[in-house]
Amino acid sequence: MKAHLSRRYLFSASHRLHSDAMSDEENQSTYGKCNNPHGHGHNYIIEITLSGQVDSQTGMVCNLADLDAFIEKEVLARFGHENLNTMKEFAQEVPTTENLCIRIYEIVQRGFRQAHLERVRLEETMMNSFEYAG
Amino acid sequence: MVYLTRKAEFSASHLYHNPAFTPEENRRVFGKCNNPHGHGHNYTLEVTVKGEVDPRSGFVVDLKQLKEVMHREVLDAMDHRFLNKEVPEFLHQIPTTENIAIAIWQRLFTKLERAQLHRVRVYETPDLFVDFYGEA
Repeated sequence: MKAHLSRRYLFSASHRLHSDAMSDEENQSTYGKCNNPHGHGHNYIIEITLSGQVDSQTGMVCNLADLDAFIEKEVLARFGHENLNTMKEFAQEVPTTENLCIRIYEIVQRGFRQAHLERVRLEETMMNSFEYAG
Repeated sequence: MVYLTRKAEFSASHLYHNPAFTPEENRRVFGKCNNPHGHGHNYTLEVTVKGEVDPRSGFVVDLKQLKEVMHREVLDAMDHRFLNKEVPEFLHQIPTTENIAIAIWQRLFTKLERAQLHRVRVYETPDLFVDFYGEA
């Protein structure tokens, strides 16, 4: 039988929303407080949803310890306590939570093969969340 | 079509162990969850049903009936139980969150009167949950 498994993880990072393609005034009017030149931070919550057949031997869609180890190494250790604007992933694009959500989706889809990636949901605050399903 | 979700909580203990595996394999695959004395969780159950709104009552489902069925079929059987030893589905099947969601779906599926079961979601912790939509 096919089930969907979702796992949530937390990391903290800072960013500044600023586009080189816009004038200072346009950046200010587009991004508001998020354009503050010194940046600001969030506690991000990632929710990863995977689907697959429940293995008859283990009762699992995928091994949770393997998923946790993968996310720890490839996502949390990489983005946690970083200034996103300084990372190569965001050298060419604005580190909005939309773009961060897409990057995390790509990392999990490319690297974690035990189950099908359904979607990545990223909560920037309790009020804002973003989902990407490919 | 309107979707309605009802929550419930139950607390239970379990352990992950496959008798077909060696003790080493069980420990490697299941880690701490293989502790032979079991461990427990506060589970949150979310049952989502769907249906058209009845023009007379304005309801998708009689919530009282849904609540009673959830209590009778799920909570009475699983709340404050050792799932591996006291719930028939888990005498020969590992009570992972996946299998608990499937078992709850099967217990509820035939018991609902008007509304159709859409999804069973089981939270093992706030950071881990499984959705089952009745898919083969």
